Amino acid sequence: MVAIRRLEEKSAELYQQGKIGGFLHLYIGQEAVAVGMAAAITKRDHVITAYRDHGVAYSVGMSAKVIFAEMMGKASGCSGGKGGSMHLVDPKLNFWGGHAIVGSHLPLAAGIATSLQYQKLDGVVVCMFGDGATNIGYFHEALNLSKVWKLPVVWLCENNNYGMGTAVDRASAVHSMCQKAEGYGMANACVDGMDLEAVFAGVTNAAAQARSGAGPFFLEVQTYRFRGHSMGDPERYRSSEEIKKWQDGDPITALRKIIVSKRMGLEADLDALDREVEVEIAAAVQFAEESPEPADEALWQHVYSQSPNGRA
Amino acid sequence: MATLTVREALSQALWEEMESNPKIILLGEEIGVWGGTYAVTRGFHEHFGAERVRDTPISESAIVGAAIGAAMTGLRPVAELMTINFAFSAFDMIVNQAAKLHYMFNGQVNLPLIIRTPSGGGRQLGATHSQTPDAIFAHFPGLRVVAPATPRDSKGMLKQALRQNDPVLFIENATLYQQRGDVPDGDLTVPLDKSVLAREGKDVTLVTYSKMYYATMKAAEALAAEGIQAEVIDLRCLRPLDMQPVVESVKKTNRAVVVEEGWMSYGVGAEVSARLHSECFDYLDAPVKRVAQSEVPLPYNKRLEQMALPDQEKIVRAAKEVLYV
Repeated sequence: MVAIRRLEEKSAELYQQGKIGGFLHLYIGQEAVAVGMAAAITKRDHVITAYRDHGVAYSVGMSAKVIFAEMMGKASGCSGGKGGSMHLVDPKLNFWGGHAIVGSHLPLAAGIATSLQYQKLDGVVVCMFGDGATNIGYFHEALNLSKVWKLPVVWLCENNNYGMGTAVDRASAVHSMCQKAEGYGMANACVDGMDLEAVFAGVTNAAAQARSGAGPFFLEVQTYRFRGHSMGDPERYRSSEEIKKWQDGDPITALRKIIVSKRMGLEADLDALDREVEVEIAAAVQFAEESPEPADEALWQHVYSQSPNGRA
Repeated sequence: MATLTVREALSQALWEEMESNPKIILLGEEIGVWGGTYAVTRGFHEHFGAERVRDTPISESAIVGAAIGAAMTGLRPVAELMTINFAFSAFDMIVNQAAKLHYMFNGQVNLPLIIRTPSGGGRQLGATHSQTPDAIFAHFPGLRVVAPATPRDSKGMLKQALRQNDPVLFIENATLYQQRGDVPDGDLTVPLDKSVLAREGKDVTLVTYSKMYYATMKAAEALAAEGIQAEVIDLRCLRPLDMQPVVESVKKTNRAVVVEEGWMSYGVGAEVSARLHSECFDYLDAPVKRVAQSEVPLPYNKRLEQMALPDQEKIVRAAKEVLYV
């Protein structure tokens, strides 16, 4: 969680320096969700998420080096600099992206789950999306299909209270995301997304149910982003008091308190870990900065696949 | 050699490939228990089972999206959209996901998926159900767009599509499913990036594809009766577009007419014509002419609808215009 926090703070800095282009959506405040989720699943499981993806990518095992390199458009990035911040991916880790059209990855998640079900594989798909995505058609088509086909999906809704600058109660007819899952007769639960242990327990339970063959599970996680929607957010839609209130429940501070309260003397270990993280992030940035630009030929590579007659 | 309908040819292609490759699954509305709205998959549900032949809800985005997700993770899904008019409901999935992910993820994922769907008008279905928007989809790099006309090409190109790793929009035509033609026996594949010379001639080149192939071949016959030898090129593939046979033909005939069922503006004819003007301008003895649908939403009334669609007579007239006869 600390590593994600530092990674995101550094990303903001690099963005302001013009070293990261495009849009940049920070995960600061929501770290417990991705970390708790990743801790609760296994290597045979699959993860797909939206464009606020740096924290998720790091949590499932992508290195800070590769993440920074991709954000800076370098050849050493996860997609050779062709995807950018919103499209981080690593199929070797069963991490299928980073998707920037709101809700578009929900049908894809249903397809990945179909693949697992058809091949009789034991994995589940964790599909993460924001509260905003529950208002787009994809959400409803994908949830319905997953229930009809009893697909092994955990629909993980990160309810951070705002779809860009529009509050949930201004955009959604019902304010509980779980209520939407009820509409599809889907098993569901809601947990505190600022509490790592609660997220871990929630995803563990959801994944177990999805894995059991009982069909999809809908997990709402209540969380909050401390920064704007993206770097160009004037934040006229929420008060500093509200932000302050949530920041008082900072998931990292909360976890630190719990750890320290459970055993004396751990404070020094945590401080040492923080310093290790600083070094890791600094090294990753250096790696990305020193990495080469993609070659000109990269422009034309991978429009189509190179194996026209190969059977899969 | 067997004589098959386009329907039988497509059905055989799917059946044969599914028998040999368990990674192929089918998904779409009414493809299973119903047997397919155009009966291409009749008998498949019984033979291959509900796991491989998946009836879906009326959810075009979920159908194509699920096909993408399945393709990303090792399957070869064939999604059927009941008509290309419903592909607009899945437009983002087709052009913004299927066409993008291989490139955007730098080749780390392959998307061996096929979207089969019938295009075209002429059946009194009104404006929303009668479109030929093929060219729109051909606009997007990353997608392969093919539209075979004959039973032979229908079978061979579908089999080929099932053996390669890119997303393919496989455009059929609802009025062609009963069309008969010779199909070679045995394993047949036809490339997804090659236009073909369909009829030799020396006076004018007629470039076409899909349903208009038949009207164009008839037009060529009619022209022959008047002593005009028209050469016909069947594009078969809209993206990538193989201009070589077209250019070679025009270098010989010095005149060209492009025939398509869809609207003229920004269409297939616009693309072919622009390329001819830039690739063999010096060989042209007349401006390239286009025959296409009138620029109106298609009406329900039979006579009005037929007035708007291209036909043999319009093709003959256009050929004579470029020949100045």
